Amino acid sequence: MQNFLDRLFGRPPAASAKTAKERLQFVLIHDRTDLSPAVLETLKDEIIAVISKHVDIVRDGVEISLTQSQRENKLVANIPLVSAPGGSKKRRR
Amino acid sequence: MTGTVLTVTSGKGGVGKTTATANIAVALAAAGGRVVCIDGDIGLRNLDVVMGLENRIVYDLVDVVEGRARLRQAMIKDKRLPELNLIPAAQTRDKAAVSPSDMIKLCDDLRADYDWILVDSPAGIERGFRNAIAPADKVLIVTNPEVSAVRDADRVIGLIEAEEKGPGYLVLNRVKIDMVKRGDMLSTEDVLDILAVPLLGIIPEDEGILVSTNRGSPAALDDKSRAGQAFRNIARRLRGEEVPFMPLEDNRGFLQKLASRFARTGG
Repeated sequence: MQNFLDRLFGRPPAASAKTAKERLQFVLIHDRTDLSPAVLETLKDEIIAVISKHVDIVRDGVEISLTQSQRENKLVANIPLVSAPGGSKKRRR
Repeated sequence: MTGTVLTVTSGKGGVGKTTATANIAVALAAAGGRVVCIDGDIGLRNLDVVMGLENRIVYDLVDVVEGRARLRQAMIKDKRLPELNLIPAAQTRDKAAVSPSDMIKLCDDLRADYDWILVDSPAGIERGFRNAIAPADKVLIVTNPEVSAVRDADRVIGLIEAEEKGPGYLVLNRVKIDMVKRGDMLSTEDVLDILAVPLLGIIPEDEGILVSTNRGSPAALDDKSRAGQAFRNIARRLRGEEVPFMPLEDNRGFLQKLASRFARTGG
């Protein structure tokens, strides 16, 4: 019945335009910057290595991504720190 | 007063560059502008057939560049619109026969006598594209609402910006409004979100375009053509007028739409 109504009123069965837009946004970010997902992965590993020399970070929570607003590209890193109990700094040996 | 050079390009082939060039040229000339079109697609010329001027070619762009013909000799005057002219591409040469500086010089020679100089770029981003954008004051990017065309348009927009010819004005061609409504075609807003360049025009999908190409009579000459109207609107915007974007509704009535739903359900 729902299917029949969908057809009658022309509701989108599965909106492929949305998929197209998401795929394009992803591929264009890499096209525009000439940074492949593989290079980005290497970058992420190296950033983790450098930062963790100085501060404890949640390694699994690190996100490095390329974003764009208008035609400007940004490399955005989200690096969660390990919160020390009581707020005192703790360094790993 | 000196003429403006408009280069029409796209990256991907087959999105409607030549059709757009012919129609915008016709619309600008019909509005009283002095117009010359240059077919930049050396080796694969087509602007002549789309405009219906293929039988009158004597000299071509390469003849002019290499000094075998004067500019005015190579120019074909359109009989329908006295201020519309074409410089055809050479068919038996390749893109290397012309350089970007040749194109700049040629267009500079034309600026004094014409209001609009349109350069139809070949597909791709190589020599022919470089030739076509070198003289441009404004670059028009033609694309279709599909992933491959939009991706290539993005690449071209980046190259134009790198050449300081930006921003690139978008002409979104072959929009099928019923598919957009169903969510199965990228909308104008989607494409603008992705490409982030100013919009110059939206051309609805129109079977009449094929008919007008068959006849060599651009749709912009036909007052009743919807795509022709969209191209005329582009010409008005280029002339500095504020023209609202046409609503891309289809003209069918409610019952006809309902009937076609049932037809699809049945099929």
